[in-house]
Amino acid sequence: MWLWINKFAAPKNFYQIAGTIIPWTSILCALLFLYGLIGGLILAPPDYQQGDAFRIIYVHVPSALLSMLIYISLAIAAVINLVWRIKLADIIIAVSAPLGAAFTFLALSTGAFWGKPMWGTWWVWDARLTSELILLFIYLGVIALRAAIPLQESAARASAILLIVGIVNIPIIHYSVAWWNTLHQGETLTLTGASLIAPAMLHPLWAMILAFICYAKTIILIRARTEILRREKQSQWIQAFLRN
Amino acid sequence: MDHLSYHRSFWLILRYELLIACRHYTELLNPLLFFAIILTLFPLAITPAPEILQHIAPGIIWIAILLSTLLALDKLFREDLQSGALDQLLISSQPLPLLILAKLLGHWITSSLPLILLSALLAGFLQMAYPAIKVLMETLCLGTPLLLLIGAIGRALTLRLRNSALLMFLIVLPFYIPVLIFSTSAVMAAEQGLSVSGQLAWQAVMLILALPLAPWATAAALRIEI
Amino acid sequence: MISLRHFLAMGGYSFYVWSAYGITFAILSYYAFASIRNYKRLQRRLKKLLAQQPQ
Repeated sequence: MWLWINKFAAPKNFYQIAGTIIPWTSILCALLFLYGLIGGLILAPPDYQQGDAFRIIYVHVPSALLSMLIYISLAIAAVINLVWRIKLADIIIAVSAPLGAAFTFLALSTGAFWGKPMWGTWWVWDARLTSELILLFIYLGVIALRAAIPLQESAARASAILLIVGIVNIPIIHYSVAWWNTLHQGETLTLTGASLIAPAMLHPLWAMILAFICYAKTIILIRARTEILRREKQSQWIQAFLRN
Repeated sequence: MDHLSYHRSFWLILRYELLIACRHYTELLNPLLFFAIILTLFPLAITPAPEILQHIAPGIIWIAILLSTLLALDKLFREDLQSGALDQLLISSQPLPLLILAKLLGHWITSSLPLILLSALLAGFLQMAYPAIKVLMETLCLGTPLLLLIGAIGRALTLRLRNSALLMFLIVLPFYIPVLIFSTSAVMAAEQGLSVSGQLAWQAVMLILALPLAPWATAAALRIEI
Repeated sequence: MISLRHFLAMGGYSFYVWSAYGITFAILSYYAFASIRNYKRLQRRLKKLLAQQPQ
């Protein structure tokens, strides 16, 4: 098992495995998007309270979920990088941090487009919205720190430490914001107002969540391959690979 | 150095830190001046009306404290890096987190304590009344060590970079949000005559969590070669 | 084409729904496009470099 992991994590093997996986995940991603969009935009009936505006859920919830999932995987990669010094972990961090920030931004902006017709305002200082905004700041801090450190090895370790500090703090931040929010406003706005969710509404949502996950995987694999090419361009196997 | 006990090395570092601070006491005044100027700007920018000032005073003071603390943190480890004292710490046989804790205690005494005393004075200028000022002092006493512990991680991560102060601010400020929330809400609750033990307990819990963890993360960050 | 118009109108929420989908798919497709382009561009450049230097 351990040997297998090490073998997989060698950039050369990862590069080749990623190359064979990418077409499959992209096809899967396209199919899931197709089903999710048709199901979500056409087949699902309008919500009895929110009308057609609820259809924003199919892009909003997957973005929000991915913004958190990517952060958790970044923190796991950070631990792996610090403890076992696996180069691949840092490559994953380098390419997924901007993607995580992009999903966080999407969750916030689609949330604003949902909030305007439902609550009458683009932004409320709701606990979830505020936590998501702070998550965006943390992502941008990690990216800024990586960009500022010239040496790759140091950038890897510094961002790994910051990511781990972040994963310890994010629950505390989220709790404190939730607590502050209940203190300030009597009633809290719940984002998932649709409590009764019909299967016709739910299945496309699952499809979209899986589509987003597949999309993120595909992009991370493509970007990781690019990063491996860039970092290992002097190595024998890359030169051999490029020659044929 | 090997025969030094942990206890003794802690005190040596602390004494060294305090001595350095006393020799450069004019530098210690800058964050205090910055703090006082920020507090002056708010009544000018918003309103001098006492009832409004009284309402927003805890928030103003705490934001000013966050910024002044970060400003003062900018020089933590920096002179040690330039003088080579930091390398001595890194290769010492004593546990690095312990030495960092001693440095932070020294930093708290020389930078945060004056800020706390000054805010007690300036809180009156913002029309805060007695029970609220007392709670403000309590939150400051619990909160400022936490700010230093978290800030030291950011300081260590950005230490060897050029123009690192702004980057440190960006990295550290999001992590200050829980301290800010619990502190200001405690002071506001005190103004309304409510119990503040919940907020103070949360701050104490965060402080107890940060005391062992943050110096450890700071030590890991300091060991990164750049 | 009443049904298409009905579909595009989104029950009166067309601006919000289509803006949310628009921004999502604009960013996702740009990101995918840029990722593939970067990979191809780097591969081309490395191949060129390799062709220039002797075996």
